[in-house]
Amino acid sequence: MKYVDEFRDPVAARRLLDELRITATRPWRIMEVCGGQTHTLVRQGIDELLPAGIRMIHGPGCPVCVTPLETIDRALALAARDDVVLASFGDMLRVPGSDGDLLSVRARGGDVRVVYSPLDALRLAAAEPGREVVLLAVGFETTAPTTAMAVLRAAELGLENFSLLVSHVLVPPAMTALLDAPDCQVQAFLAAGHVCAVMGWTEYEPIAARYRVPIVVTGFEPLDLVEGVLMAVRQLEAGQARVENQYARAVRRTGNTAARDAVRRVFRIADRPWRGIGPIPGSGLELTDEFAHFDALRRLAPDVPASTEPAECLAGAVLTGTVVPTDCPAYGVRCTPRHPLGAPMVSSEGTCAAYHAAGRERSPR
Amino acid sequence: MSTRTTGSETPQVGGTPTNARRTAASSPAPNRETPWEHLPDVPSGLRPVLGHVAPAPPTVHPGTALAQGGCPVPHAESGHVLLGHGAGGRLQAELLERVLLPGLRTDGRPSGRPLEDAALLDWRPREESTPTADPDAEAGPDADLVISTDGFVVHPLFFPGGDIGALAVHGTVNDLAMRGAMPVALALAAIIEEGLPIADLQAVFASVGRAARAAGITVVTGDTKVVERGAADRLFLTTTGIGRRIPGLRPSAGAARPGDVVLLSGPIGLHGITVLSARGDLGFEADIASDTRPLHRVVRALAPLGADVHTLRDPTRGGVAAALTEIARDSGVEIAVDELALPVPPAVAAACDLLGLDPLHVANEGCLLAMVAPDRADAALAALRELPESRDAVAIGTVAAGRPGRVVMRTGLGGIRPVEMPIGEQLPRIC
Repeated sequence: MKYVDEFRDPVAARRLLDELRITATRPWRIMEVCGGQTHTLVRQGIDELLPAGIRMIHGPGCPVCVTPLETIDRALALAARDDVVLASFGDMLRVPGSDGDLLSVRARGGDVRVVYSPLDALRLAAAEPGREVVLLAVGFETTAPTTAMAVLRAAELGLENFSLLVSHVLVPPAMTALLDAPDCQVQAFLAAGHVCAVMGWTEYEPIAARYRVPIVVTGFEPLDLVEGVLMAVRQLEAGQARVENQYARAVRRTGNTAARDAVRRVFRIADRPWRGIGPIPGSGLELTDEFAHFDALRRLAPDVPASTEPAECLAGAVLTGTVVPTDCPAYGVRCTPRHPLGAPMVSSEGTCAAYHAAGRERSPR
Repeated sequence: MSTRTTGSETPQVGGTPTNARRTAASSPAPNRETPWEHLPDVPSGLRPVLGHVAPAPPTVHPGTALAQGGCPVPHAESGHVLLGHGAGGRLQAELLERVLLPGLRTDGRPSGRPLEDAALLDWRPREESTPTADPDAEAGPDADLVISTDGFVVHPLFFPGGDIGALAVHGTVNDLAMRGAMPVALALAAIIEEGLPIADLQAVFASVGRAARAAGITVVTGDTKVVERGAADRLFLTTTGIGRRIPGLRPSAGAARPGDVVLLSGPIGLHGITVLSARGDLGFEADIASDTRPLHRVVRALAPLGADVHTLRDPTRGGVAAALTEIARDSGVEIAVDELALPVPPAVAAACDLLGLDPLHVANEGCLLAMVAPDRADAALAALRELPESRDAVAIGTVAAGRPGRVVMRTGLGGIRPVEMPIGEQLPRIC
């Protein structure tokens, strides 16, 4: 494939791995923030090809995984209503709520539609004026701009049957929360290339300086990841802590200004709980007052009972990198992609699902 | 058939030309010399046997539902059929095993025989056929009559490279071919939703006729039902095919052996991605066409290899991953596939990357997998490459004793990862 094959070249990857072996003189722990990166690492077996001392810690960057249980329960409640069409990205459909998932709500008659973009939900609303189309708006800074565009367009069209269940989250506050945790093991970050394509990397500069951690903006292909690790290790070995850009073919320092402006117009920063992790101050987006009438919570007030996670699920510890999925007693036994206990086993970007798809077996206990 | 049935009900009384003419309204008048009339007239000796039999429990990842108390109904947390139950993956296997097949079997027990695309029929009078202890056993190895049936529910009805009509012919012709059979005749049932434009129906049936003629067969009987708006999605077709096995070919999903070479007759993923893209809701259009085509000539090209062709399978729903997993399970072998050898067209690879899908899980309608004895693999490849429909045939992997039921991929970077059967629906990811 043009522009991609060269980043999957096995010979070049092996050369970079050799260079990494020479560069790394001590053990280092590096977190890849994004679930897409976790998936490539595990699927290609890259984490096992790294020099023995280099340990990858899988970060919380899977939007499906960190969407709060309460939001899923609200989506389930809304989807079950006769007057609602619930529009969602595909991989949210199998995320377990307190009582089933969106797939089972759909099988019982709920109108759940898979959309590929928030603008698809807008088209649904325009085509079915008699019904309320609710978009389950999840995702990081990568998806927030398209949600913002959908809201702006809905306002322009005067659509009155379009609303959103907003659960957008932001990466830098989560990185800060991880670094503030007393048992934090992360010594360097591979930042998510796609997030930075939108936001740029200026937000990461104060984090690198304050916490003395190298941050490498990294892409998603095998070569990107190996090179990102190499750049992080070079900084660690040299005692440096700055933001570097491995993903130069897609990311500029200031990001995509038009996309950032759209997000800033439609949303404001809010506190947000992360599933498995807990509340992180300033880590979410909510609609500004100007667009608050598009808020499904305000408009439809889905009432759900307080929810609790299955006690056995270690999603939180997995998402913060303190355990690997294969340490979990439920992994592969009571928790599988077929019957997930927690969200990291659902999405192809979830750490537990990535481990399971790669056939990693539970650690002997 | 259905309490909602309205409109032109055509009672099915057997394979008479009259019935066929009434059904296939827009296809050419059926030939009185239908292949039916050349078949032995011994329906009393017809001993239909199940082509689909409960598989052994999955061996790769024990646990799941069984560990949770062996629930009798797939996805017991819902108690309803999910769309994923029809997606050709693990959910569907569970539905077959736990809900559908027990109802069809007299003793309610699985027989342990392979899940095949088509069943062998022993058409001779009972006293002439080889007696077997098991009343459900498939017909003996010398049986040469093959039967298969398939339902078609594609959306949209028309897509680049084909339509539901061509698909309905090819699907059943191919299922027969995977048992080494050339098609003899087809039966066709149509369930039509009220409001379907007559022009669409005409176009579909013209396509059925064209595809059947191209495969050298005719539709000899059929049935038509019209249901209320909303009770079906425009048009559903079912085809049932009868075929005769090519002498010498004995392929079975349970016959792959350690050492076999895995051949693939052409590029993968084209049908699934084309249909997804033709729905028009992806926001991009791929410049590709479905690979839907009949494969019986491809199988005939392998006839000179006879019994050295161990297994044939067309990787339709569930893709190459599901087909290989089923073969590995039914043959009790491990299959290894080389990632770099897989022919994934650039447009398919790009679409899968964008949507977070695995090309191995995407449906195909015009290629087949063949497990062939290692010393005949080159001859098989050469034979395949002589036909235009399989000119891009390649070897993609090998069969080993290994861990029975397991399928693995040797990745481009030198790693090994398991290839899993998809669970249910393919769910495009967020970003």
